[in-house]
Amino acid sequence: MALTQDEVLAGIRDIVVEVAGIDGAQVSMEKKFADDLEVDSLSMVEVIVACEEKFSVKIPDDEVTKMATVSDAVTFIVANS
Amino acid sequence: MTRIRVVVTGLGATTPLGGDVPSTWEALLAGKSGVRLLPEEMLTSVNVKFAATIAVEPAEVMKPVEIRRLDRSEQFGLIAAREAWADAGSPEVDHERLGVVVASGIGGVTTMLEQYDILRDKGARLVSPHTVPMLMPNGPAANIGLEFKAQAGVHTPVSACASGAEAIGYAMEMIRSGRADIVIAGGVEAAVHELPMAGFAAMKALSTRNDDPTRASRPYDKDRDGFVLGEGGGIVILESLEHAQARGATIYCELAGQGLTSDGYHIAAPDPSGSGVTRAVKFALRDSGVDLSEVVHLNAHATSTPAGDVAEANALTAALGEHMSHVAVSATKSMTGHLLGGAGAIESVFVVLALKHRLAPPTINIENLDDAVKVDVVRDVPRKLPAGPIAAINDSFGFGGHNVVLIFKSYE
Repeated sequence: MALTQDEVLAGIRDIVVEVAGIDGAQVSMEKKFADDLEVDSLSMVEVIVACEEKFSVKIPDDEVTKMATVSDAVTFIVANS
Repeated sequence: MTRIRVVVTGLGATTPLGGDVPSTWEALLAGKSGVRLLPEEMLTSVNVKFAATIAVEPAEVMKPVEIRRLDRSEQFGLIAAREAWADAGSPEVDHERLGVVVASGIGGVTTMLEQYDILRDKGARLVSPHTVPMLMPNGPAANIGLEFKAQAGVHTPVSACASGAEAIGYAMEMIRSGRADIVIAGGVEAAVHELPMAGFAAMKALSTRNDDPTRASRPYDKDRDGFVLGEGGGIVILESLEHAQARGATIYCELAGQGLTSDGYHIAAPDPSGSGVTRAVKFALRDSGVDLSEVVHLNAHATSTPAGDVAEANALTAALGEHMSHVAVSATKSMTGHLLGGAGAIESVFVVLALKHRLAPPTINIENLDDAVKVDVVRDVPRKLPAGPIAAINDSFGFGGHNVVLIFKSYE
């Protein structure tokens, strides 16, 4: 069964809180991982691996480079879950 | 041209005795031991059940994300550097004139071992992308450099248990040579894990006094049976005298000189002739311009190994001659354990405080002084140091035959 956008956003929020140590309220669709959420390139690898585990999806590297915002990640995961 | 003088303007530490400098110094003067039994789950088969673990866990004073992204050695370094920088008055600096020289003997060994467990159990995909920045021995220096935006140079000399002292000497030379006005310097270690312990135990280097851990580290005692592994770190802020005076900094003392030699004798055993140590002390005296009569205190390397303590004491006597009987010798590893790459740094912090407070810290756990030890050991309670201009020595040695001697002197 496909995941909903809200389910994926909630899951990513938990991951980013753990990986980047920021307040979960800051994690919303329009936020940029690097500029807004203190997820640098190394931490982005952690976010992606955690997403793959949590949502049982495979996120190819060329997709990762396109994921600037939380919305980008949520959209990909919803479409591929 | 007159040489640039280097002074100490800030101190920081996190140690088995306390989470900062004041608590560590208070426990040190009180003769407390920082040695503790390790949790059973940390150990399987090694025949050493204790270590001098940190008094205040980094998680109590750092953000969770820092705990996640930094090796324990890097956490110790940042904690001590933050304290030292604040102690120096959080100076406004030209970042291109700010350096960092912070050492570690072993680097992020617990990160390497934990990530190896993940690799073996779960595969490469789950190995953390922070692994390399966490395990590299220059990680503590690099993270301090990032936090304080140091751009004059960030360095990590590695010389086993002499690393922390060598870092402080390197930092002094950065200032003397005109590369920097102010340098954050010191050493850290976080190697309390069964593998390094098993390695040291295999060398017969560790005490196995499992029934009495707080009395296991006993430098100069007849029944000493090896060192006690410690963890933590110490940081000093070094600054050119001119820079410190211009900003009205409070000056603890002067770092007057250093002596560096190597034994060329054995990978781990001290040279019984002690000639490398003797030469290093003489070089340091000459480099510092300190008059021998001013040297009143020495914080010894004295790790509580059967071979090392006596070899060191004899080498010091050979270097200082008759004056050695006027030097109050403290072996603070009796309380802190052996911080390896952090040892020379935390012991430099102690020497700076000894000069400031005119108090030599005690050496604990000597029940029967080894007859072969001819130096004047400060036992059980602190000893007052004289008024007037005085100087003190911190010596450190590392596996590989590294000898580092630093001389600090009072500043009035």
